[in-house]
Amino acid sequence: MHRTGELYEQYRTLEQQRETASLGMWIFLSTEVLFFGGLFMTYTLNRSTYPDVFSEASKTIKLWPGALNTVVLIASSLTMALSVWASQVGKKKLLPIFLIATLILGTVFLGIKAYEYHDKYVEHHIPGWNFNFEPGADAATNAHAQLFFSLYFGMTGLHALHMIVGAGLLLWLLKESLRGRFTPEYNTPVENIGLYWHFVDIVWIFLFPLLYLIDRH
Amino acid sequence: MVCTILTVFAATVDLNAYFPGLNIIVALTIAVFKAALVVLFFMHAKYSPKRTQLVIVASVFWLAIMLFMTMSDYISRSWT
Repeated sequence: MHRTGELYEQYRTLEQQRETASLGMWIFLSTEVLFFGGLFMTYTLNRSTYPDVFSEASKTIKLWPGALNTVVLIASSLTMALSVWASQVGKKKLLPIFLIATLILGTVFLGIKAYEYHDKYVEHHIPGWNFNFEPGADAATNAHAQLFFSLYFGMTGLHALHMIVGAGLLLWLLKESLRGRFTPEYNTPVENIGLYWHFVDIVWIFLFPLLYLIDRH
Repeated sequence: MVCTILTVFAATVDLNAYFPGLNIIVALTIAVFKAALVVLFFMHAKYSPKRTQLVIVASVFWLAIMLFMTMSDYISRSWT
């Protein structure tokens, strides 16, 4: 567990060793693509079956927290990319600063998300729990709106869970970077956790237009 | 990298405006564009070895198979 970037015997060069680690991370991320893909599939199918209710339900979500969160998350991807850069060129003082910035932005994202979930609670828009879409909505509309909100909570919830895992990984990176462990020769954890963080960002890039921007004109 | 932030600002503000039928297409095109920028530059895919790029393309391709086949089933069910 205390790797410092020495060459392992199964690799010919350090570069090959690094490329292998990154390839493995990408393979993990492609399983994640299909994991979220199942939810996107369910969403596509239900939205094409109940387009009107989905657009009505989407309109009840406030736009600004979602838009703000998109900006926050892209900014955190930028600071994460800067962390990877700092670790590659050996800026040992800069690396923890960028990691902390990423961590703060990630926490802001989760905070805004919690605020949005609270809104849904107040509006009785949490499926299965005192759900009431709109006063006077008929049973079918109510049921289909529950579908939308189930997907909303399922998809954003799974995404938020990934953010929480990412924040934990970032904390660990921060601890190790303060001990000066990452060097231009050895920065695989920074790079791979960076890839993971960007992936979670990409999921949100798709969630945002699909859940928030169905019918806003 | 700075360019990504700029597109986000442009995209998030513009989108709610006036695109009656094109809405989804425009929204998804911008999302794909943003995702592509993140993959190519933040995730260094542009400078990765060919086999890493192959894994990336494969994952998107498999996702497309799932979406395409399932939807073509559901859409054509009412065609009898």
